[in-house]
Amino acid sequence: MHGYANPTRFLKIARPATAWLFGIGLLLLVAGAWGGLTMTPPDYLQGDTVRILYIHVPAAWLGMAGWASIAAASISQLVWRHPLAAVAGRAIAPAGATFAALCLATGSIWGRPTWGTWWEWDGRLTSMLILFFLYLGYIALASAERERGGDGRMAALFGVVGAINLPIIHYSVLWWRTLHQGQSISIAQGSSIAPELLWPLPLTMLGFTALFAAVALMRMRAELARQKVEARLRRSMAE
Amino acid sequence: MKVKPKHQRLVLVVLAAAAMIGAVLLAMWGLQDRAAYFVTPSDIAAGKAAPDKAMRLGGMVEKGSLKRDPDGVTVRFTVSDGKSETPVVFRGITPDLFKEGSGVVAEGRLDPNGLFVADNILAKHDERYMPPQMANEVAAR
Repeated sequence: MHGYANPTRFLKIARPATAWLFGIGLLLLVAGAWGGLTMTPPDYLQGDTVRILYIHVPAAWLGMAGWASIAAASISQLVWRHPLAAVAGRAIAPAGATFAALCLATGSIWGRPTWGTWWEWDGRLTSMLILFFLYLGYIALASAERERGGDGRMAALFGVVGAINLPIIHYSVLWWRTLHQGQSISIAQGSSIAPELLWPLPLTMLGFTALFAAVALMRMRAELARQKVEARLRRSMAE
Repeated sequence: MKVKPKHQRLVLVVLAAAAMIGAVLLAMWGLQDRAAYFVTPSDIAAGKAAPDKAMRLGGMVEKGSLKRDPDGVTVRFTVSDGKSETPVVFRGITPDLFKEGSGVVAEGRLDPNGLFVADNILAKHDERYMPPQMANEVAAR
């Protein structure tokens, strides 16, 4: 990984990767959305409401994967002092927060016709809301620290500690009795979603993930460009 | 022996992570009963639920138990968790997914006679998703 500590070498890969990820993501997303909206049958109980799953599940996955990436970047910053880690953490956070919010919003819209309520304080819903608040806290902390010229160590500590919430979200439906249903797809037990309803889901999952990565890379490049400008300004002021 | 600062930091992070995971597991274990979103008929049968206290009751609507009073808005049914049953009465509009044999969460309180008086009904969805034809085939089997 330290091979990419050099921003020039990182940018050489990141620049074409952004375009590729963006294109592939958009393509998969359009295919998945088209399949999910027009080709799959409605669910036997929920009817057409089930189609929100093709957005809700990827949003939940990326909300959690986003924080897992922030935690990984934070550890590599704290332990190995990787120079791009703080940049990566700050780049990922708003994208992760957006998907966490999207997950909460789509879940709420689905919950009204299915459960009969917009919101309930059950284990899964509450822990996901906490994840959204953690993102907001991380963004505020990281940008405050950056403005004061810190190296982002406080934000990195927050990123590691916040990762505690991820297993809580995942296992909330197993540990506690919740209104939210248990998991439908697991490695051990396969899927309890019928295959003719399931197939667009991997498309939108991969599509959203590629878009997420493209946005994160784009933001990292913008941040590196900003650092370069600031350094150049400082040098020209000193002269 | 001189320890490299990098390794020292790595050990610190690993120790901190282990301590945090331990703390969370302890908290989870302690919260197990309190963080439960609803009580089950078995809990009520075991005397764990006090009457006249706001709570949620969760379980399956027992097949053949759902009855509508002549006034048209009062429903009576039995919630079962496979071991025990609790009779429930509710006055109001039930969600679309509420029916016999499916999951339900009722908000309300237990009266002294063991009847659960609900003031809100939520349908609990399970983790199975399938097209209508397939559901018919499953039901036919």
